[in-house]
Amino acid sequence: MNQDPSHRPPVATRGSDRWFLACLALLGGTYVLLLAATVAADVLYTTPGHLWRALQSPEIRHAIRLSLVSCSLTTLLSLWVAVPIGYLMTRIRFPGQALLDALLDIPIVLPPLVIGLSLLILFQAPPLRALERVFPVTYAVPSIILAQFMVACAFAVRTLRATFEQISPRHEQVALTLGCTRAQAFWLVVLPSARKGVLTAATLAWARALGEFGPILVFSGATRMKTEVLPTTVYLELSVGNLEAAVAVSLLMVAAAVAVLLVLRGQGLSNAFGRPL
Amino acid sequence: MIALEQVTVHAGAFVLRDLSLVVPAGSHTALMGRTGAGKTTLLEAVCGLRPVSAGRIVVGSRDVTRESPAARGVGLVPQDGALFQHLTVREHLAFSLVVRHWDRDRAGARVDELAAWLRLGPLLDRRPAGLSGGEVQRVALGRALAFHPDVLCLDEPLSALDDDTRDEVCDVLADIRRRTGITVLHVTHNRREADRLADRILRLHDGRIESNGD
Repeated sequence: MNQDPSHRPPVATRGSDRWFLACLALLGGTYVLLLAATVAADVLYTTPGHLWRALQSPEIRHAIRLSLVSCSLTTLLSLWVAVPIGYLMTRIRFPGQALLDALLDIPIVLPPLVIGLSLLILFQAPPLRALERVFPVTYAVPSIILAQFMVACAFAVRTLRATFEQISPRHEQVALTLGCTRAQAFWLVVLPSARKGVLTAATLAWARALGEFGPILVFSGATRMKTEVLPTTVYLELSVGNLEAAVAVSLLMVAAAVAVLLVLRGQGLSNAFGRPL
Repeated sequence: MIALEQVTVHAGAFVLRDLSLVVPAGSHTALMGRTGAGKTTLLEAVCGLRPVSAGRIVVGSRDVTRESPAARGVGLVPQDGALFQHLTVREHLAFSLVVRHWDRDRAGARVDELAAWLRLGPLLDRRPAGLSGGEVQRVALGRALAFHPDVLCLDEPLSALDDDTRDEVCDVLADIRRRTGITVLHVTHNRREADRLADRILRLHDGRIESNGD
């Protein structure tokens, strides 16, 4: 009875495996093709001349400078806040933690325009209006950083939470038995162990900040040479029909995105080989 | 010496209640028991990593019940070594000495001494990635011993090692005890390991300590 061939599972042939893999590749490939096609379309639409002219424009140069400065400040602020939040959320249990967890995800799921609108309304509150008389925020450069920070920080928090969750509390506990205070254990053991996660969080925060547009449009406006960052430039150039400049600036942002991806992939590779960065 | 006097420890829903035990000074005491019996919880209470809700813990001649882990003078070697991936072997051995602000010469001499005892000399500039299981445990042992702790707590440090490496680390542990006379509380599942190293074997069963004979 055991020799009855019907008891054996059907033998998979190489041909059926190939068909299966080919179907998966076809389904996934359509998306990859779409991505590659959009980048190719941008590249083919523009010329070195367009790029050069865009880079010569004082408005665009101002937007590049403002984007670089604001994104870098946003990244620093995001890490400053996300490291403690990520650490506390993984190491301390407290009432209302699930609610706080959900609150921290709000900037990720909320439509960007709503974030800008919420900031605008918040700064209508009397204490903040009083602050604005001394230190202008709305429709000024600080509003750009605040708008970018609202979203970028949420991504940094997510990344760092995952990072700290992967670091065994046992390391910290051993450090405590070796004579460390909790703060020393954090600085000497936990944070150095989290350095790759911190770099990943910084890179993601920077990239998110660079692409942020909706909250900035609402909260900072789109004033040339004042609150114009690169996504604002694309919007403004499009609105006046200057497609060449809009595409040229878009390509600059694509280049920045590729650079960020390379940094992230570099980290992944060094992880795989177990080498420190 | 380690003494637990009617200690109650909570670990989530698990409770060890009114537990008492004595590890005499200079003794190597093995603590055995089934998985989930609370051996690691007990070890964590001795190290100060888990607060006790009743009773007192004495290490050496001091009541350390309310002291921080840093102040207790207890060296801990966890099951997986828990080495710090960003530090070299030398930095591991010097870690507790740097925290205690030992001067460079004194710390260097202590690191050299430990490296010789634990046969870590050729590995001093290596990082944990790439060290063998036995090497990891020898580094963890050196890191725990560096600051001259009063007692050493071993949490199944040999459980993940193959037989040959286990014998090698057993030799190292016996050698360390001969050199230092340190009091050791050693949690283990392995009866052979306990017979070989311990001069006293205790069993933790149903929340009670039972002596298996001296």
